Amino acid sequence: MAEIIGGYFTSHVPAIGGAIQRGDQQTPYWKPFFDGFPRVHEWLAKTQPDVAVVFSNDHGLNFFLDKMPTFAVGAAAEYQNEDEGWGLPLYKPFKGHPELSWHVIEQLVADEFDPVTCQEMLVDHAISIPMELAYPSVAEWPVRLVPIGINTVQHPLPSAKRCLALGRSVHKALASWPGAERVVVIGTGGLSHQLDGERAGFMNPEYDRFCLDHLASDPDALTRQSIHEMVRLAGTQGVEVLNWIAARGALGPAAREIHRNYHLPISNTAAATVLLEPACGVWALRRRSPRP
Amino acid sequence: MPTPPRPGARPEPIPGTTLFDGDAARKGYHLNAMCYSFNRKENREAFLADEEAYCRRFHLTAEQRRAVAKRDVLGMIAAGGNIYYLAKLAGIFGLNVQDVGAMQTGRTVEAFRQFLLDQAKGA
Repeated sequence: MAEIIGGYFTSHVPAIGGAIQRGDQQTPYWKPFFDGFPRVHEWLAKTQPDVAVVFSNDHGLNFFLDKMPTFAVGAAAEYQNEDEGWGLPLYKPFKGHPELSWHVIEQLVADEFDPVTCQEMLVDHAISIPMELAYPSVAEWPVRLVPIGINTVQHPLPSAKRCLALGRSVHKALASWPGAERVVVIGTGGLSHQLDGERAGFMNPEYDRFCLDHLASDPDALTRQSIHEMVRLAGTQGVEVLNWIAARGALGPAAREIHRNYHLPISNTAAATVLLEPACGVWALRRRSPRP
Repeated sequence: MPTPPRPGARPEPIPGTTLFDGDAARKGYHLNAMCYSFNRKENREAFLADEEAYCRRFHLTAEQRRAVAKRDVLGMIAAGGNIYYLAKLAGIFGLNVQDVGAMQTGRTVEAFRQFLLDQAKGA
């Protein structure tokens, strides 16, 4: 079976891409955020994943409101970035892992999810920025991509409970995959922020801390609020934490936090970076014991 | 028999917040479609060359056209605009999310940036 080496979680604010391009990482405004990444680089160098299963939300690049899937799984051999409307330099393409994508799709549908399957999919800053942060200045990505899109844009959104269950189903798929791939699961976006309305600029460190404190040990605690309540607590775009919740589910039953960095504001957003590793709970031990 | 609540019927509104739901998505479809078209450079240029004609091409409602002409972000949201799509329009005018935040909250950009920074104090 594939080995899940851990989970990486970070924000995907477009302005981060600008800071990287300008080389602003060490300026006073950006340093507290970028200081969260040397540990990520060490960890990735040590764990050497070769596949990334990334939960994120599209921002009007691949999907428009004409067809808006609640859950979408990419099953392409390659994923390109394109102009998102600001004429910025394009991010590097990703190689896909269509066989693993279809295996994930099979498991999701067997578990009674109804994802949209995408043999062509553009990826936007929500995937590219976390990868640029994780692997600065590589010529090509060292991981193949399985992207899983969650609708955090047009209500009704899937509940947090549903997103966690989706992630857990992806975990089952990874656990039964016969290949020897080393998989990192990634959740991007958040944390609290709101771009629109008179409440624009809203952030909520207290709710963010609640999410961060429970992500590893008790992710179900993050699923007790309705989406409406999550918007109230996290902001209209803070609901992107759904991507984190799904990725946490994909990591497996038990996890421990090995790194956390929290800083606000980055642009209009409270930004966080977290690494989790699977912990050897009873279930995980049983799963890892040698087969008779 | 009491009428069952509509699925997804909302509890208390969140002040200063419009959820982009089915009603907004229907209302804002043309405006958001125009903003989506700005992913292409030639469309951004066509908008700048003749804004009126470009808006007509996308069948903006009178309310949407007025809000775009006045660069009124709250008006665009009231007309069904979604902020992820409106951000593409804002980009044409060289506005970032702090500029857009300032416009919506009636602050100067400087005051809006300070408002963001001040929230770090409680964190």
